[in-house]
Amino acid sequence: MDAATQSLHAAIDSSLRQKFIDILGAEHVRPGAPADNVSGVQPQLILEPASESQLAAVLHLANGSKLAVIPRGGGTKLGWGNPPSRGDIILSTAGLNKIIEHAWADLTVTVEAGCTIQTLQETLAPHGQRLALDPLWPERATVGGSLATNDSGALRLRFGALRDLVIGVTIALPDGTLASSGGKVVKNVAGYDLPKLVIGALGTLGVITRAVFRLHPLPRNARSFSIFAANAEDTQKFVLAIQDSKLAHVALQSHLTAGSTPVIDILFEGTEAGLAAQAARLPTLCGRAQISEASPATWNARRDLWSFSNPEETAVAKISALPTGFARSIELLRRAADSAGVHWKSLTYATGLGWLRLEGPSADLHRALATSRVEFEKMGGSLVLLHRPAAFPAFDAWGTPGDSLSLMRSIKRRLDPANTLNAGRFLGGI
Amino acid sequence: MDARIFKEFRAIVGERGLISSPEELHTYECDGLTNFRVMPRAVLLPTSTEQVQSIVRICHREKIPFVARGSGTGLSGGALPVENGIVLSLARMNRILEVDIPNARMVVQPGVINLDVTGRVQPYEYFYAPDPSSQSVCSIGGNVAENAGGAHCLKYGFTTTHVLGLDVVLPDGSLVHLGGKTLDTPGYDLAGVFVGSEGTLGVATRIILRIVKRPECVRTLLAAFPSTNEAGAAVSGIVAAGMLPAAIEMMDNLAIQAAEAAVHANYPNCGGLLLVELDGPLAEVEDLLTHADEICRSSGAWEIRVAQSEAERALVWKGRKAAFAAVGRISPNYIVQDGVIPRTALPQVMSEIARLSKENGLRVANVFHAGDGNLHPLVLYDRRIPGQEDAALGLSMKILELCIAAGGSITGEHGVGEEKKCMMSKMFAEPDLATMQRVRCAFDPLQLSNPTKVFPTPRLCGEKPGEYVAHPLETAGLAERF
Repeated sequence: MDAATQSLHAAIDSSLRQKFIDILGAEHVRPGAPADNVSGVQPQLILEPASESQLAAVLHLANGSKLAVIPRGGGTKLGWGNPPSRGDIILSTAGLNKIIEHAWADLTVTVEAGCTIQTLQETLAPHGQRLALDPLWPERATVGGSLATNDSGALRLRFGALRDLVIGVTIALPDGTLASSGGKVVKNVAGYDLPKLVIGALGTLGVITRAVFRLHPLPRNARSFSIFAANAEDTQKFVLAIQDSKLAHVALQSHLTAGSTPVIDILFEGTEAGLAAQAARLPTLCGRAQISEASPATWNARRDLWSFSNPEETAVAKISALPTGFARSIELLRRAADSAGVHWKSLTYATGLGWLRLEGPSADLHRALATSRVEFEKMGGSLVLLHRPAAFPAFDAWGTPGDSLSLMRSIKRRLDPANTLNAGRFLGGI
Repeated sequence: MDARIFKEFRAIVGERGLISSPEELHTYECDGLTNFRVMPRAVLLPTSTEQVQSIVRICHREKIPFVARGSGTGLSGGALPVENGIVLSLARMNRILEVDIPNARMVVQPGVINLDVTGRVQPYEYFYAPDPSSQSVCSIGGNVAENAGGAHCLKYGFTTTHVLGLDVVLPDGSLVHLGGKTLDTPGYDLAGVFVGSEGTLGVATRIILRIVKRPECVRTLLAAFPSTNEAGAAVSGIVAAGMLPAAIEMMDNLAIQAAEAAVHANYPNCGGLLLVELDGPLAEVEDLLTHADEICRSSGAWEIRVAQSEAERALVWKGRKAAFAAVGRISPNYIVQDGVIPRTALPQVMSEIARLSKENGLRVANVFHAGDGNLHPLVLYDRRIPGQEDAALGLSMKILELCIAAGGSITGEHGVGEEKKCMMSKMFAEPDLATMQRVRCAFDPLQLSNPTKVFPTPRLCGEKPGEYVAHPLETAGLAERF
């Protein structure tokens, strides 16, 4: 470690290190390796508690020792948000990976934060059930990480986001408090809805240690179709017509790439008769556009968007606009990308949420993103930068905070007064 | 509260917007839970966000507690006035501000009546999904405070699912915009935290709602079972078959009798009545309806009817939605409870309720949102008989304890309010409540917004937030802190 890097950190001396070992055992405390680097910040220690109370205890100790903590699940989205301003410790949930209770007859599951989404789904599937959520990289992404990043995909249109699927959480606060809210039943309004507070909070308020989800039945059958639209205007027209129809589709997404025509994918789930009836209705909503049955692989589009060969010349952002703002936002993106000379590709759901990938030299990406963000914010939406090249001009990941920022800061102060958790990574410097 | 403050209030809302005479104040001394009553010092009826801000600023300056109130239909005493405080009635802020069909959004003021939201978009075949039984009178602002549910939240979700954004006047009088018309506004999901906070975090003055397209087809099946146990088995069968009905409701014999007496819904006289509503594409619903019918029969249903027309369907629902009020036909007084249990615990909890009912010599009628395990036991009593009201209250709290013991909740949709705050410490551990309290202190450090509700004991918001509290695991010796 060179002197410059060292000066950023509080020192973890051997006696402090020993205290962590006393709590976790030597095998669960190891020095940080280059692979543990988070957006340029090199943590000194990696802690892997085996229980919630161990996790709370080491977090408490770190907090009391003025160390900065970065919680980590599968590490798939560790680069989301702003680069941390400090980071001494990685607090890994890898050891908290148990599925505590699958109450299948009640359609609920209680699971520890470090369990991967795929392991969870594989446990639920034999009972004909699923967590109706399609986050990125489920084989590595954990429950806790998906919650902290509020990651959702195409299924959100029908089943809602994590905020609609979580019915309880337990979090560890920097002072060592382990607090639960919500419960194990689907319907429950007792006390504050703290699950909502920690979903999408990027681990800045507390470390999620377990969650309780409501589950949905696995679909009996599913069919996907692709609709080939002539341009962004037609795409918007078809999507709005489908949304305004009585089809009971589960997902609806549009992908566009510079220089090619748009494709809309729609997913139906249900009984065979139901699927056939809906498929037959689809053409009446889509003018003369060509429609063909699509493979389930079409729903990997988001993952594909994230598969890029040159991370140093790629930026990926989450975009949000109103459904009626789709064509206009595409036009604005096109203009911003063309004028900056970068290649672009987008994937937008009927909810108005979407993903944008830009490819080109760093400075050009920066220009295209800055212009696009202004336009999205003018339209009442947002552009949140999720992936950026390692060498990138200053660009806040989140955008312009609204008038609730001081309230958000006040909540942060109440729960994490020493700014121990994920310092500087969130909106407005939180 | 002196004359000077009244004068300031009057300057904000005008003579017509200020109620301070004792006879008029009586209307506001309780909400739908009438056994708690407190006279407010004044009731103010603002007509704009700016007026709400001005009033709250005065309250903040003078440390006057305030309680926001919608239609006053709440069943947990959430809108019960606070001693020496004022009531902020949002009844005059009742305009629908924006209808945006292509984006399926509406923007409303808090005093808008729930059913009027649907009424406004009915011509476009949209509806507002949360449908508490009081929907023809309750307000959206009150629904937001309580995170109101209803029969159809099994499939469509609660108020929180359908609120995308809020303008909130914080307890210091400042205005914040939480969430918005677009999804995933960067930052903490404070709209999500606010919904269901029972008026303790501020006052919502503008609410962005999500509306839903009407399904192609809706079918309602009515099945008569010998008892709630067989009806419960049918519910399990339907869920196990992978169906997600729009609603599954259950009533026991006493509730059926009451509903019949009140609205003549033509329910079969049985021990357990199940009402299953399926919606979606016609072909799908027809398929599933046949399947649900088979499941009900094999679980012991002796009569099954499917509502054949919209009028029949409306009648079936009228009986269900009138059930609470209908109990007034068979008992002079009653208490409505709102416990939730994991659905599978139903037979066990039902037999416990029957035992408690017998032990206490009080009848209990049961109406459930059976799909999600939300019980509404109605404890029947006669206030004129000395001691019976206390016995009924005691019984209803024991039922909530049963719900907690079964892994459930003390409230599914009515809120904690005044009534159940003493039960909060039976459902949550001290660290859980302390953490919620910290969030409250971030919004309302002076504790002026509905200050005496939800939490069991009043606490001050200290300068140094976040005192460490031992978790029960530790005190029980199961975990150790180093």
